[in-house]
Amino acid sequence: MSMTRFVTPDGLPAFLAFLSQQGNRVLVPVEKPAAKRSIVFEPWREGMPFTLEKATVPAKEAVLPQSETLVRYKKSRDPENPSRISMQLDDKPEAEATVVFATRPCDARGYAILDRPYLKGPFADPYYKARREALTVISLTCNSGCNTCFCHWVGGGPTSPEGSDILMTEIEGGYVLQGITPKGEELLAASTLEDGADRFSKVEEVRKAAWASLVPAPNIKEAPEKLAAMFTDVEFWQDQTDRCLSCGACTYFCPTCYCFNITDEGEGLSEKGGRRLRSWDNCMSSLFTREASGHNPRTIKAFRMRNRVSHKYSTYPENWGSFSCSGCGRCISNCPVCLDIRAIVLAALEAKQPKAE
Amino acid sequence: MLREVTARPQPAGNPYLPMTATVAEVIQETGNIRTLRVVLDDAEAMKNFTYEPGQVGQLSVFGSGESTFVINSPPSQKNYLQFSVMQAGEVTAAIHRLSPGDKVGVRAPLGNYFPYNDWKGKDVFFVGGGIGMAPIRTIMMHVLENRKDYGKVSLLYGARTPRDMAFSYETEDWLRRDDLDCTLCIDAPFEGWEHKVGLIPNVLTELNPDPKNCVAVLCGPPIMIKFTVQALEKLNFAPENIVTTLEKRMKCGVGICGRCNIGGRYVCVDGPVFTWKELQELPPEM
Repeated sequence: MSMTRFVTPDGLPAFLAFLSQQGNRVLVPVEKPAAKRSIVFEPWREGMPFTLEKATVPAKEAVLPQSETLVRYKKSRDPENPSRISMQLDDKPEAEATVVFATRPCDARGYAILDRPYLKGPFADPYYKARREALTVISLTCNSGCNTCFCHWVGGGPTSPEGSDILMTEIEGGYVLQGITPKGEELLAASTLEDGADRFSKVEEVRKAAWASLVPAPNIKEAPEKLAAMFTDVEFWQDQTDRCLSCGACTYFCPTCYCFNITDEGEGLSEKGGRRLRSWDNCMSSLFTREASGHNPRTIKAFRMRNRVSHKYSTYPENWGSFSCSGCGRCISNCPVCLDIRAIVLAALEAKQPKAE
Repeated sequence: MLREVTARPQPAGNPYLPMTATVAEVIQETGNIRTLRVVLDDAEAMKNFTYEPGQVGQLSVFGSGESTFVINSPPSQKNYLQFSVMQAGEVTAAIHRLSPGDKVGVRAPLGNYFPYNDWKGKDVFFVGGGIGMAPIRTIMMHVLENRKDYGKVSLLYGARTPRDMAFSYETEDWLRRDDLDCTLCIDAPFEGWEHKVGLIPNVLTELNPDPKNCVAVLCGPPIMIKFTVQALEKLNFAPENIVTTLEKRMKCGVGICGRCNIGGRYVCVDGPVFTWKELQELPPEM
């Protein structure tokens, strides 16, 4: 059996302090008392209150910040010969050793889903790679499901280890931490936490109970082929998208959405310089695919929804062999008009005969 | 289910980091098209720069951003990289403001290329519409440089008016060459115009190329591609013998950012060159 450690609730701040002393920025879920109470990941500091509830926003930023610098550019003149201009481009990734603490297995699987296009595609993304390598993921397994989450539909589960370095399970009296990857095991070995091996049978009981609490998942194995077949059924997509406001909340809350834009900020090529940025973008926006000529392959919101759902359940699976959805349910719980991606997938699966365009 | 993704030759290191280059020459092609010849600042990189006809590059003006254009000189041209740019948006406007000596960024080569090896021994019929002549120019020059490998080579180049015809300084030569059957057309009659008048698909139908052992290669705006493909199908060209390039909004150029996909394919890495047969197997979202 892999390395296990045990920590009591009272011992958690000391464990966070240990993680911090190892040179990590430690992101912990923190409650934000706003008009709509939310839980977001923030860097931990000594004495800071935190929670172990499921976060409103996943810690996707740990690997893919909302906005980051790709290249800083600047030009300079040779003082001896002012007509000689040279350019400096600086592309060093801003990566910082980071621990995401008490994220959930669905969000940890989100990292595994991002890893495929960003690390295993025809070009590896050096910015993502630097952050990913500097990241340690400590997940808290779920002891029960909620009405918007569906990790077990898409290959995950409340105790799925995929994407996690350490899996933490709440049992009576505390938490058992289980090393999943060598990185996680080394971290646990370096800690002063007491051994948790004798409590592991309790962990297995709790995990089993978590699975038992779930409503059985429908079989969505055929979704890739079925959605591809539904592609030209515009009426179907319009029916499913009628209420959509094109606000993009579904994508911004998603731990697996990874589209981005590249823009320049600041001055052009000058002695002061500027920077080229990468920022989150989203395929639900009407301008996302509009070309400079005005041509737009996704003119109506039904086509954009079709792209989002098809990417997650059909084309990403075609390329990478898994769904690009971890079933966290945030696109459902944060949708202002209560659109439910599960319903769209099920409707596509139930559609008898795809209609022609 | 898992599709093999093969890495293509690429400049080592960070795929988002442009190579710096200097504008060597600007050619005003038409009222809204300019051709830029740029030279990479790193002499070694310039000397070693290789690409295939049809491959694209991200040309950037720092402060304004990047856009994708085909490298439209033939690969045998080693002194500079050539981009022909129609002014359409912010980045292209910034490119149009450049003069010789100005610094730009280049990320290239990106994407796939024309499968010209598969065309050996066949007739090749090129169709270029408007700025779509840029990629056609690259591959046509490459084919003409290797003329003996191919059968009859034809070009149909159409623009809205004679004034919208880029590379006008070369068309006389193209018309004169006896190893190229060149036809020029414009949309509507124009005083002094001695060539064909009519939309490309109609002129193509009139020219009636023999589909037997012939590959049709077309580039142009999406609407022209749509109707030209229909015309080619009526002329009995097989889908695998119709080759086109797709225009898409692209950002990363390396198959990640997610806006140029058609189904599971990304135009920036799997394209921009596709046969009509390949496109028919993809979702209709062009």
